[in-house]
Amino acid sequence: MTTAVRRFAPTIPGTQPPYLYPDYGSTVKRAPQRPPFRLEQTLTEVTGPVFTDGWAGPEAADLTRGHGGPPLGERIIVAGRVLDEDARPVPGTLVELWQCNAAGRYRHPVDQHDAPLDPNFDGVGQVITNARGEYRFLTIKPGAYPWRNGPNSWRPAHIHFSVFGPAFATRLVTQMYFPGDPLLALDAIFQSVPDSAARERLIAAYAPEFGRPEWALGYRFDIVLRGRAATPLEPQ
Amino acid sequence: MAEKLIPTPSQTVGPFFHMALERPQWSDLTRDGPAGERIVITGRVLDGDGMPVGDACLELWQANAAGRYAHPDDTRQDRPLDPHFRGFGRVSTDAEGRFRFVTIRPGPVPGRGNALQAPHIAVAIFARGLLRQLVTRIYFADEPTNETDPVLSAIADPALRQTLLAQRVNDADPPTYHFDIVLQGKGETVFFEV
Repeated sequence: MTTAVRRFAPTIPGTQPPYLYPDYGSTVKRAPQRPPFRLEQTLTEVTGPVFTDGWAGPEAADLTRGHGGPPLGERIIVAGRVLDEDARPVPGTLVELWQCNAAGRYRHPVDQHDAPLDPNFDGVGQVITNARGEYRFLTIKPGAYPWRNGPNSWRPAHIHFSVFGPAFATRLVTQMYFPGDPLLALDAIFQSVPDSAARERLIAAYAPEFGRPEWALGYRFDIVLRGRAATPLEPQ
Repeated sequence: MAEKLIPTPSQTVGPFFHMALERPQWSDLTRDGPAGERIVITGRVLDGDGMPVGDACLELWQANAAGRYAHPDDTRQDRPLDPHFRGFGRVSTDAEGRFRFVTIRPGPVPGRGNALQAPHIAVAIFARGLLRQLVTRIYFADEPTNETDPVLSAIADPALRQTLLAQRVNDADPPTYHFDIVLQGKGETVFFEV
């Protein structure tokens, strides 16, 4: 029995960063030298793990809870939709996120930056998108932090996002940045994306409609995954 | 035709992903007792200097022992689903760049023209210094159907093909296969654009 394979559209040149980007020092020894081999998508690439609802409880989307008291910093609500390039929502997909605290310190043994840990903040969350592809997190705004890429390099404030989407081919790990951050112009990781419109996709929009008056600022961050290929279904 | 949306670019996973992504139970794809031949896969991730990559995250995706994916797009009724096997694993490397996971040997799945592909595991590698994940596949060196696998056959250089073959290193129960991932330089693994 032949199986039709619903392939994903090819990556648009310039919308993804290269592997080698010398301004980001760590890529120099980790980027492959050989260009990748083209792999025609098969069932392997167009399928992927399915995480059913209820896997992560509702508390998992509230990063301000679960400790003795509230964390320090600006309370923010980050919300948006996971979509594909054809604006179709991606329901039921797992979104994991992690971030440093308001002082710019990660709760991770490798982070020894001279900024205090917050006993009331871990910075880890997960959520599964609803039937409309929507997600929503409550957290605090992360601080900038220094890293050893250059003599005075600081990462802009950012939240790490990990999204599965429907398939192995749609898997995305990215970072969300905040509008108006002066560090973006100097950040090698952000600047590695060649296309300026694609770079803009990484910056959340201030969204008062998602905030709560006298309580939390709101930011919108939509995540756009690969869409399906234009050619019609074909048997494998 | 409607205007397409610009896709969200990838950014590096960074060095602190363990706090959110590390789930030790996900390194054992057999934890729910699936059917099939249980195997252990070990390896090291190395950089362009041959140094260990101690902060990599590997993700694995594979079919069950019968060659069926636990996903709605795999509708082949002749290959049964296994309710005890999701087919997804995640493991991070230790300070020496080593990883280890336990799984069952996947069955073959169809490729182009409905010809069967040889059994394989899809792998995505995330790390500091990788702005985007690397994609490769683990095949098994002792699998006779590798000869007719379309992906392996498309790689002309046998030395490059060799980088995709996990070598059986013992006959223990379960047996161990070894698969190193060399990101750059001498012995560089074959990576794919999907």
